[in-house]
Amino acid sequence: MNTTKIKVVLAGNPNSGKSTLFNALTGLRQKVGNYPGITVEKKTGSCSLDDNIKADITDTPGAYSLYPKSIDEKVAQEVIFNRKDKDYPEVTVVVADATNLRRSIFLITQIIDLKMKVVLALNMVDLSLKQGVIIDVSRLSHELNIPVVAINARKQEGIENLKKAIVEANSQEMATSFFDVSILFKKIIEGTNELRNSENDYGSFLALCLQDTNVDNKLKDICKKYQFIPSRAQAQETIRRYKKIDAVVDSCCTIVKIKSNRSITRWLDDILIHPIFGYFIFLGVLFLIFQAIFSWSAYPMDLIDSWFTDLSILVAATLPSGVFNDLIVKGVLAGLGGIIIFVPQIAFLFAFIAFLEDTGYMARVGFITDKILRGFGLNGRSIIPLLSGAACAIPAIMSARTIASWKERMITIMVTPLMSCSARLPVYTLIIAMIIPAEQNWGPFNLQGLVMMAFYLLGFLAALGTAFILKFILKAKERSFYIMEMPSYKIPDWKTVIYTIVEKVKVFLFDAGKVIIAISIILWFLSSYAPGNRFEQIETKWAGKENAETHISAEKLEASYAGMIGKSIEPAIRPLGFDWKIGIALITSFAAREVFVGTMSTIYSVGDNSNIQSIRERLESVQNPDTGKAFFTTAVGISLMLFYAFAMQCMSTLAIVRRETNSWKWPVVQFIYMGALAYISSFIAFQLLS
Amino acid sequence: MQKLSDITIGKEYIVKSINDDELAQKLLEMGCTPGEKIIVERKAPFDDPIAIIVSGFMLSIRKQDAEKIIVKKS
Repeated sequence: MNTTKIKVVLAGNPNSGKSTLFNALTGLRQKVGNYPGITVEKKTGSCSLDDNIKADITDTPGAYSLYPKSIDEKVAQEVIFNRKDKDYPEVTVVVADATNLRRSIFLITQIIDLKMKVVLALNMVDLSLKQGVIIDVSRLSHELNIPVVAINARKQEGIENLKKAIVEANSQEMATSFFDVSILFKKIIEGTNELRNSENDYGSFLALCLQDTNVDNKLKDICKKYQFIPSRAQAQETIRRYKKIDAVVDSCCTIVKIKSNRSITRWLDDILIHPIFGYFIFLGVLFLIFQAIFSWSAYPMDLIDSWFTDLSILVAATLPSGVFNDLIVKGVLAGLGGIIIFVPQIAFLFAFIAFLEDTGYMARVGFITDKILRGFGLNGRSIIPLLSGAACAIPAIMSARTIASWKERMITIMVTPLMSCSARLPVYTLIIAMIIPAEQNWGPFNLQGLVMMAFYLLGFLAALGTAFILKFILKAKERSFYIMEMPSYKIPDWKTVIYTIVEKVKVFLFDAGKVIIAISIILWFLSSYAPGNRFEQIETKWAGKENAETHISAEKLEASYAGMIGKSIEPAIRPLGFDWKIGIALITSFAAREVFVGTMSTIYSVGDNSNIQSIRERLESVQNPDTGKAFFTTAVGISLMLFYAFAMQCMSTLAIVRRETNSWKWPVVQFIYMGALAYISSFIAFQLLS
Repeated sequence: MQKLSDITIGKEYIVKSINDDELAQKLLEMGCTPGEKIIVERKAPFDDPIAIIVSGFMLSIRKQDAEKIIVKKS
């Protein structure tokens, strides 16, 4: 059958239900953003509109207008305004929040004036009705002269009608316009039309206001000639446009009762952003998140751990013994088990963050922390990157795009990797379990849990401290604002939360997973082979002696390529309490921190021909060759944890910082300052504790 | 004629003007246009930032910016 494919872009205000509609349209047929070199800013997915027409759907970041103020809004504006953009749509669907009709239709009137094919998806009509406002949908459609479809994105109502409207809009030419800007700026628009070789008045007006660089410097000249001040003109046009919108809204809405829906939101705000309790509640929420991550996920993690141990034993027994068996069990499976075990923790973390964002609570946290964060050169909006940084620095750094001020955004990007991300979790979990007895309590609290929290707190304090220093180093390029909508509280849409979890886990498993498996395999090779005939010499040396097996494998690892690399950096890391085996783990961890556990697991299983054990048991049995006692003492453990807390051991983060800042300077500076912080603090801790 | 930063919480006023181009650009497109009703809903600790209700939705804004918004009694 003949099918055609069209491009559809979803646009709309923040909190208008755009992402919910995107999920409803595309389901799981979404392309997951992967890093590095990615598109997490625009999500795409596909959907069938009818039997013959399929659509590629692009979801854009929320925006109030086509005048971008921050980088994320720029992404949305670019797709719609730039005809050369690869996602430039055939049809644009603007999602409008019916409870905020006036503000929601501003954006669509701009798009109408660009002469693009549009459909208005009017969401949350039921809520608006509850508030006593009846919207006459057909009247609205008539006034705007475009198709308007009432939908309920959460309940997936009206989706079929919306699809029909998209197909219909696509088949017709767009001839309508909403507000004629040339009545305000006739001459200059005519001049600009000529320069741009276009007849689209509003397109030319936007090009003037945005100083579209595609049309070179001539735009500047023409502004001078007509004394056109973009910001003033934009304000003038916005006010006039709203006047016209007011008339449309008045004619389409009937107010049947004036009832404030603010009561519940107000009541919750009285508690949640109370000048004193608000902060305690926020700390309580954080505490709950950590509790969930550490205690709730323990059960599925133990389960995964035992599955992998069983699987390894099974595979080791089934495959014919030899090099291939070794590679699979000690290289691939050891590495793989090291990643999959984090899935429960990552899922919990992202579930909480998605939940808090979806309810509207995050905007409140920004509200009560903006003043404090400002003191550190940050912004209330920095709270989302910082908290997300506790999950993963990569999406966190991208979410800093909503910060309009360059300086505040830069500081946020520079310090976010100091927040303890989920990749550090396994490192902390493993080491804490080894150096602190599980039964030990400190008052009513479990000591292991407290140490874990202390390390999270340490990361946060280091981030604030660094931000404070950067505040005096970086120069502000523009004024800083904190203008943010505080949406009414709502019960989160569980589907959206679940989609977020699935997406993040997929990214983690496939992208981080690829790196980890590759490194595990390389590592296995490096630790199983040595230059020349070193292995033969060792075998001859121990031949026929007692305990030959154990001695041979230990010496072989030391003689291997990996051992040589570890040995070569040992002098530098000895003052931190690390030996050459940890040295190998440090090097591989520069690809990604979570590689640590897999590496330790691979290294220690290569050197150990006895039965297959879990990684913790294996490490606990390691002895210090000098003292004969356990190698992982408190001093070594703390030093190692500090190193992982501060060092920039994540290639993906460096790649994303480079992309987001558009220069190598920032990731390099970040790498160096974090490395120095890590080395110095580990050094001090080890020397003091041992 | 009063500054938004000086008005009492909960009282309804009307936006008269925004005396700052950059701020105006950001607020106008969100519907905070002259003639709209505006109420200070609450203030964060140290009175900064403040939460306002304008054109039917709640918005937070810093005190220094609220000083640039001129309002009159409705």
